[in-house]
Amino acid sequence: MTVIATESLSKRFPRVTALDRLSLDIGPGVTGLVGANGAGKSTMIKILLGLAPATEGRAEVLGLDVSTHGPEIRERVGYMPEHDCLPPDVSATEFVVHMARMSGLPPAAARERTADTLRHVGLYEERYRPIGGYSTGMKQRVKLAQALVHDPKLVLLDEPTNGLDPVGRDEMLGLIRRVWTDFGISVLVTSHLLGELERTCDHVVVIDGGKLLRSSSTSDFTRTTTTLAVEVTDSDAHPDGTGALRAALAAAGVALHDGVEEGLPGAGHILLLEAAGEETYDLVRDTVAGLGLGLVRMEQRRHHIAEVFRPETAQHEEAQAR
Amino acid sequence: MSTPAPEAAPGTSRIHNIGYRSYEGPRLGRAYARRSLYSQSLRGAYGLGRSAKSKVLPMLLAAVMFIPALIMVSISVYLEAKTLFWEYTQYAVFLQLVIAVFLASQAPQSVSRDLRFRTVPLYFSRPIERVDYVLAKYGAMSSALFILTATPLVIMWIGSMLAKMDFAEQARMFGQGLVSVAVLSVLYGGIGLVMAAFTPRRGFGVAAVIGVLTIPYSAVSALQGIAYATDNTGAIVWLGLFSPITLVIGLQNAFLGAPASFPAEAQVGAGAGAVYLAVILALVAACYGILMRRYRKVGL
Repeated sequence: MTVIATESLSKRFPRVTALDRLSLDIGPGVTGLVGANGAGKSTMIKILLGLAPATEGRAEVLGLDVSTHGPEIRERVGYMPEHDCLPPDVSATEFVVHMARMSGLPPAAARERTADTLRHVGLYEERYRPIGGYSTGMKQRVKLAQALVHDPKLVLLDEPTNGLDPVGRDEMLGLIRRVWTDFGISVLVTSHLLGELERTCDHVVVIDGGKLLRSSSTSDFTRTTTTLAVEVTDSDAHPDGTGALRAALAAAGVALHDGVEEGLPGAGHILLLEAAGEETYDLVRDTVAGLGLGLVRMEQRRHHIAEVFRPETAQHEEAQAR
Repeated sequence: MSTPAPEAAPGTSRIHNIGYRSYEGPRLGRAYARRSLYSQSLRGAYGLGRSAKSKVLPMLLAAVMFIPALIMVSISVYLEAKTLFWEYTQYAVFLQLVIAVFLASQAPQSVSRDLRFRTVPLYFSRPIERVDYVLAKYGAMSSALFILTATPLVIMWIGSMLAKMDFAEQARMFGQGLVSVAVLSVLYGGIGLVMAAFTPRRGFGVAAVIGVLTIPYSAVSALQGIAYATDNTGAIVWLGLFSPITLVIGLQNAFLGAPASFPAEAQVGAGAGAVYLAVILALVAACYGILMRRYRKVGL
C-alpha cells in the first residue's frame, strides 16, 4: 500500500524551482523528509494537501489525486505547520474542539475526540487554561493534537521539533513515533536535521534544491554513515595529541574528515572520523592507548545532510563555495 | 524495585490508559464546517464562547442600541400615541455611532486574530476552501450587525401593536425598516472585515474601521452643508454617494419610504436611488472580492 506517491513532480516559481521532477513512493509508517531550509519541503506539503497546483507531474495521497481530490484528502490528512498558529486567548480544549468541527466532526464527537487526543499528546489539567500561558513544548503538543483530532490516516508534520530544548525534542520525537506505533497513523515529518529523524523514522527521504538526493530506510543510513568525534589529551611524548592520533589513524586506514567543527570551544582538538563498524571503535581505543594518550571523549555525531551525502554533494558544494 | 501499581480501592474506579481509539463516525464535510465557522463567528461577535471580558463591550453596545427603542415604546404605549416618535428607517441612522463602534470592535476579533496568530493555514488544511471561510466570516459579521440593528425595530413593532397603532401601516414600515438595516448590515459587514483583514494588529483595525465609517460621513455632511449654503441643492443628493451611511440614507429615502434626511430636505428620486443601489451592490461585491484576494495570499 502506498500513502504518498509522486511522479516527476515539479513546482517552478518565476525565479526558483522548488521541486524538480521528484518521484517518490512512500509507504505506511514514519517517513522523514529532510532538506535544508528552502529545499522544497513546505512546497511539497502544500502540493500534497491539494492547496498549490504542481507545475508538472502528478501526486497521489492515500490513492487520491491531489489536483482533483483536495477536499477529500484534507478530510483524511492532518497538518501541523512549522510556525505558531495558536490564538492565545482560548483554551486548548476550546481550540481543538473548534478545529475538530472544521474537519467535519459532529459536535459531540468533536468534544470526545478532543479530550482523548489532548490526553494522548500529554496535556492534562492545563488544557482548560488559555494557550497564551503555555510553554513552547505544550504549544507544540496542542499543534500536534489539532492535526490528530479527526483521526486522519496520515499526518504531515512540518518541523515539529523547532524551538524545543533537547528534552522537549526527545519527547516530541517519542510522541511522533507513537502516532504510528500506537495510533496507526502514518507520518510524514520534515526536518533540516537528519540525526533526529534517524531514531524516529522508518524511512528517510532527503531532498535538496527540489531534487531527490536519496530515499531509503533509516537502517541503511546509520550503518554506513556514523561519524565519530574523538578528543584526546596531549602527553609529554606527543605534545600534539590530536595530530599524533590523526597520523596514526590515517596510517591504519581510517577515513578522517579534514574539517574541524566550528564555533565550539576546543573544536581544534576534536577529530572527526568515519566509523565503518564495531571494529573502528576498537581501533580508536587501541590506537589511543598505544600512543599513551588520554581519551577524553568518543561520541557519535548527529549528521547534517551535507555530511551524509558527502560523496554525492561534495563537488557540488565546493563548486558553490568558489 | 518492582512494586505493583496500587490497585484502585473498591468503589473508586479509575480509568487507566485505555489506549488509542480510532474514529469511525460520520465526517460531515465542507458545508457543515462552513456552518460551524459561521455560528462560531456569530457567537463570537457577542462574546459568546469567549472570555467573560470579551462579552462586556458587545453586550453593553447591544444594550445601548436596544434601550432607546424600549423607552420610546413605553412612552408611546403610555401616551397612546398614534405613531412612533422615530421612523423604523431612522433608528439605525440615529444610532450609527453605536453600530460603528460595535463593528470596529468585533470585525478585528473575527478576522484579525486568525491572521495575526496565523491560524488561517489550519482552516485551509481542512476540507473548507477560501470561499467557505470568506462567506462564513462575512455572513457572521453581517448577521451580528443585523441582530444588533433589527432587534430594536422588532421592539418598536411590538410596541406599535401594544399601542394599537394602525397594523397594516406599521407592518409595512417595519418591513421597510428591516430591508434597510439588512442592506446596512451587509454593507457595513463587508467594509469592517476588509479593513480588519488588512490590519493584523487589532488596535489599528479598530481605528481603521471607525475612520472609514465616520470620516467620509463628516466630509460628506460638511460638503452637503456647503452645497446647501451655496444653493447647489442638486449636488446634495450626489454627494451622499460618498459615505456608507449616506448611501443607506439615500437608498431608503428613494425606495423604502424614509423621509428625506439630507440638508434642504433634498429628495433622492428613483433615478438617483438606482445609482445608490448600484454603488452599494458594487461596494459589497468589491468587499467580497478583496477578501477573497486577501486570503489567496495567506494560504499555508
